[in-house]
Amino acid sequence: MSEQTPKAVNWMKWFDPRSRGVGMWAFIINRLSGLGLVLYLVLHLIMLGKLAKGPQAYDQFIAMMKTPFWIAGELLVVAAVFIHGLNGVRIILTSFGIGGDRQKQLFLIIMLVAGAAVIFFAWKMFAHAGGG
Amino acid sequence: MTENKKYTWNIIFKIFRKKAGQPAHYDQFDVAVNPDEYILDGIERIWAYQDRSLVFSHACHHSTCGACGMLVNGEEKLTCITTFRSVTRNGGTLRIEPLRNFPVISDLAVDMTGMFERMHAVSHRPVIADTFETSRGRKKEREDLLRLADCIECGLCISACPISATSADYIGPAVLAGAQQPGTFGENVLNIVDSEDGAWRCHSAYECTRVCPSNVDPAWRIMDLRKKLVLTRVKRMMGIKEKT
Repeated sequence: MSEQTPKAVNWMKWFDPRSRGVGMWAFIINRLSGLGLVLYLVLHLIMLGKLAKGPQAYDQFIAMMKTPFWIAGELLVVAAVFIHGLNGVRIILTSFGIGGDRQKQLFLIIMLVAGAAVIFFAWKMFAHAGGG
Repeated sequence: MTENKKYTWNIIFKIFRKKAGQPAHYDQFDVAVNPDEYILDGIERIWAYQDRSLVFSHACHHSTCGACGMLVNGEEKLTCITTFRSVTRNGGTLRIEPLRNFPVISDLAVDMTGMFERMHAVSHRPVIADTFETSRGRKKEREDLLRLADCIECGLCISACPISATSADYIGPAVLAGAQQPGTFGENVLNIVDSEDGAWRCHSAYECTRVCPSNVDPAWRIMDLRKKLVLTRVKRMMGIKEKT
């Protein structure tokens, strides 16, 4: 009858935050961070393959990972781990009746905790890279 | 004409149009409105004075029938209780579209047959026993006191649900909330709600509760349903008889 009917190709609508509430923002961020972590896992496995190419290739790779661009990339992974992990805890709690009526506040708290963790790790990682 | 009936605002309606076999498009209508009247009043005046071919559904005009749910500027609203003042300003534009995740019959009217069938399948009861408080403040049920269930079956929750957008098999928040209401499940209801496309398919976006015009809180009911499902399964595994 119409293009309005549910179908799998509508998955793009999962990422449309217009006219949506906090719960939907949490849903969107959870999906984006989850996809980011899957992508990271693939890249991680590819990079581990460098080990098989000998010590020189591995050392070159490690040197590259200490540049600010790649540290920023790793920081995104840290952010995704905290956001996805903590949001997962929020969903487990609310799914079994704990804090369901406070889900917005729970989301804001986990975002604050994730933000603090990212700042801490950014400080540690960039300081470590700077110190060589 | 009384003071509050004066049409002091001018609104531009951009209305989704779709007839069988024709491409979808938007028609624009300029309408003078009272800021405190309801969106549905404006749509009815467009139908009455500007375009008699406009198709939309409505009945009670007081948020009981659940027939007039639409998207107003991209957000699910029951148009009979949504004032112009709450969603726009004088000279503003209102984009009116049919609910999402339901087949469009024509223009703003959608086919909710699937939702009604599923609500029937999970034994949703539109009329329930009311509760009252005793002198000690305890709540009790009385079978002779009946009231309408909060859910008016408007479908706004299913329209807002991101999972309902991608899966026609997901039974949706209204149906799951309807299944939660009685508290116990027959085998057929259990098979419907304790399944891949039942209570476990919800991904906790809470949009259903946000748009519900009747304070049903479908998200809470789905979470409560999960608890009840786990409890029911555990009791059955241990051979404990359920109260009926």
